[in-house]
Amino acid sequence: MIAIDVGWGTILALKTLVVLGLIPLGALILGYVFLLKMMSHMQSRLGPMDPGGFHGWYQLIGDGLKFLQKEDIMPADADRRVFALAPAVVVVSTFLVFLVIPTGPDLIVKDLEVGVFYALAVSSLSVIGVLMAGWASANKFALLGALRAAAQLIAYELPLLLAVVGVVVQANTMSLQGIVGAQQNGAIFGWDLIGNPFILTQFVGFALFLVAAQAELTQTPFDMPVAESELVSGYMVEYTGFRFLFFFIGEFGTAFAFAALAATLFLGGWAIPGVDDVGLANVLGPLVLFAKLMAVAFLMFWVRFTYPRLREDQLQAVAWKYLIPIGLANILVTGIFKVAF
Amino acid sequence: MEEAERAVAETDEAAAPRSERPEGRQPASSSEDGPAGEASEAMEEEQVAPEALSETEQQILDRLEQELGDAVIESASIFGTLVVRVQPDAWRRAAEVSRDALECDYLSFVAGIDWQPAPREGGEGGESSAPVQPTEMTFGAAGSAGRFQVFAYVQSTSRNWGVTLKTDVDEAAPLVQSWVPVYPGADWHERECWEMFGVSFGGHPSLRHIYLPSEFEGHPLRKDFPLLAREVKPWPGLVDVEPMPGDDTPAEGEGAGTEAEGGEEA
Amino acid sequence: MTTTNRPPMEVDPRIYRHLADAQVNVELDTGDMILNLGPQHPATHGTLRLVVRLDGERVVAADPVIGYMHRGYEKLTEVRSYPQITTLINRIDWLSSFANEVPFIHGAEQLMGVEAPPRAQYIRTILTELSRIATFLLFLGEMGLQVGALTPAFYGFRDREHVLNLIEAATGGRFHPNFNRIGGLKDDLPWGWVAETRNTMKVVLDGCNDFDDLVAGNEIFEARTKGIGIIPGDVGAGYGVSGSNLRASGVDWDLRRDGKPYLAYPELDFKVWTHPDGDSFSRYWVRLQETREAARMVVQMLDQLPSGPIMAKVPRIIKVPAGETWVETENPLGQMGYYVVSKGAIGPFRVKIRSASFSNISILPWLLRGVYVPDVITILASLYFILGDIDR
Repeated sequence: MIAIDVGWGTILALKTLVVLGLIPLGALILGYVFLLKMMSHMQSRLGPMDPGGFHGWYQLIGDGLKFLQKEDIMPADADRRVFALAPAVVVVSTFLVFLVIPTGPDLIVKDLEVGVFYALAVSSLSVIGVLMAGWASANKFALLGALRAAAQLIAYELPLLLAVVGVVVQANTMSLQGIVGAQQNGAIFGWDLIGNPFILTQFVGFALFLVAAQAELTQTPFDMPVAESELVSGYMVEYTGFRFLFFFIGEFGTAFAFAALAATLFLGGWAIPGVDDVGLANVLGPLVLFAKLMAVAFLMFWVRFTYPRLREDQLQAVAWKYLIPIGLANILVTGIFKVAF
Repeated sequence: MEEAERAVAETDEAAAPRSERPEGRQPASSSEDGPAGEASEAMEEEQVAPEALSETEQQILDRLEQELGDAVIESASIFGTLVVRVQPDAWRRAAEVSRDALECDYLSFVAGIDWQPAPREGGEGGESSAPVQPTEMTFGAAGSAGRFQVFAYVQSTSRNWGVTLKTDVDEAAPLVQSWVPVYPGADWHERECWEMFGVSFGGHPSLRHIYLPSEFEGHPLRKDFPLLAREVKPWPGLVDVEPMPGDDTPAEGEGAGTEAEGGEEA
Repeated sequence: MTTTNRPPMEVDPRIYRHLADAQVNVELDTGDMILNLGPQHPATHGTLRLVVRLDGERVVAADPVIGYMHRGYEKLTEVRSYPQITTLINRIDWLSSFANEVPFIHGAEQLMGVEAPPRAQYIRTILTELSRIATFLLFLGEMGLQVGALTPAFYGFRDREHVLNLIEAATGGRFHPNFNRIGGLKDDLPWGWVAETRNTMKVVLDGCNDFDDLVAGNEIFEARTKGIGIIPGDVGAGYGVSGSNLRASGVDWDLRRDGKPYLAYPELDFKVWTHPDGDSFSRYWVRLQETREAARMVVQMLDQLPSGPIMAKVPRIIKVPAGETWVETENPLGQMGYYVVSKGAIGPFRVKIRSASFSNISILPWLLRGVYVPDVITILASLYFILGDIDR
């Protein structure tokens, strides 16, 4: 590669800008492909076909531009500062997760030693944003939604964490680049053609992660906080225009991030079996990661469109009575296998 | 054709008050009967005779008379449904008897009726082709003591029978016993009846408006409450009478309804 | 069996006090919060307003407020002629359009002493059952939607289109056919309609299998609807709950079989479906079975369809002789009845319209005590009311 001598500050700034651009782009892609097109086809209809000519690819971009030019409405009784800050908190937490996701051997904003721990920690900051939104809206429906969301998001942090601990035990490191490396360089009983994607041994963890991620994103079957037919988008009900766009980008951006995390932790991330050249991996890595995360996102959205939603107490019961014990058992078994083999 | 003509002709004769006589016609529409032609012969004979009660209806009536005694004023049968008029002070008792002795666990409805003739649209002697009712007050099956009545229909889901109960309401002090302790569903029906007719129900938990806004004044279904749209714009008449299938006679013109109406009611 | 009475939720009063001190105007007194579901709300099928008093997420008291769609039908019928009333009453329950006309026409025919010819009776019955299928397909889809599953609603509408096309082909109107005339029907069936209907019934039966798998067999759906909103049979009957709602509580009563004979039902062989539980799931299940049964009945009727005239001889200007009659039918929403009082004019003297949803909804104050807010939505969806039917 061409070696340009630039300071670390410039590189950091560049990477930050790339990530900032990636969040809405990722949200857009996920939103269009899965929300608009895949959902429509599953519901025996076509979805947007006109904007942009070819299967309406321009739809979400047009929607985004439309949102930008809308009037800024705030309820009269709302707490102005908190109301304005809430969407920002959600988007910031998404941004922080993107910082540690590796898309190539060198393409990571910062490879933290405690990457996994950091990613899960900052992703739970969005709970604060949700609570702020529900509270500041001065609307009972919003408040109900926010309270439900807070309970749900906190409850499902644990299964998320427990699912990932198994991976960490197996990879011996919490750094995400390290985990990708462990999968790339690992071998399945001596056969190292495709490395050792952790999904093979951590299938329970993968399932757990997907379920918990679904709940973290407040997607059906866990979308009580935004139950459309009851609360009419719950904590977001008073948000219009640009602020709503922020929430939308936050939601789908986080979906993008979680799908990328799942792909990194369980499917091998940017690693392509057989490609060891760093330069080539830097180019192909993002594409490979993208493909893997789209596969994971497909699963997440497929479940979203199929199942009805669980009631709040049933949702909590699933988390506390089923997922957490399964997660603990998974760690136990992983630990035993790790020591034994 | 003959039977239909007879039906039309008979109505002219039947304009006289018939408070004692229920429908003087054999119902021709029960599925056991053949085409209408057969029933017309029976009709000729029984035009004036009251409709006989079927066995089930007789059974129900006997039981009601047994339980309520003198409170049963009158009864009739309308096309297979028994109608019984009871004294106002036995209204709730009649409900209890129906529910317990007759096993009528299902409440269909409670409603009111105002027997006062509807005022003629356009005033007396005015031009009107709207449906015009007879100007004398006549009552229906099982008669009536006055202008207002409350009637209800209860059925049994297990015995497949039902009975229509009617009671009179004093026009000066319209108060009727409430059925809510007997049939909880009567709550809403009685609210509607109060709202539309002004009949109060003693013992009702909360008699308030159900359809209309709380500030609404008046009782719309009373005959003296005008239908506002009709005041503003009178009924346009029988326009666009479409030809009956198989009927080749040309239309008699747009004013056919008007002429027929005006001629009879003069 | 009554709704389970769990003890009320206990929240630390210090939390309430602290929240009350905040500078936001949200009504949070200790204990109860008043929530207005409607009149504009996706869950309430129209303009029904449900004022609920909540304790946390549990309903303490519920009061339905109706009348936003009150059109004054009973007053209107007093100034309309009989054929004009047929147009009006199409719009009472606008989803099962044809079925609304049937009891009124039957009542008028009874008073006139006219009987529609057998072919007309059969076609009326076929169209009534098609209306039943159409409205139940919508129910099967949108109950899934109310509970959270987005997809079944679209399948319901897609299958319903086929049935609406059939109704349109026969009557000219998808939603408001206005096809009945006193004495028979307006027109005969178009060419090829019978074969097309047979095909459509196959599609409907396949669609019902889809709903069985996708919705009724879904564990989350069962968890959301089983044991929710249990209506005991005797309580339901006392409130006047009718139709599939009462049959789902175990009461084996269907006016097509048990009431006075009307249309072509006495000659048909059909099963009346009941379910012992009385909860929301059983209401869904009963309607699913009834949709299948209706499709089978339509095929049966097409096999037995007699030939002949479709209109009896009636005078051009309908003057119904004096008298009263009460006709009740098993409409898709429940028991619909008309008490027609005639004094011999071209319009009736008084018509009392007994609509099913009015009584089905009157049980809500009793039924909703102690349920969670999401369950309120499930119960409303499972009772399946139409605003036009409630408000008339």
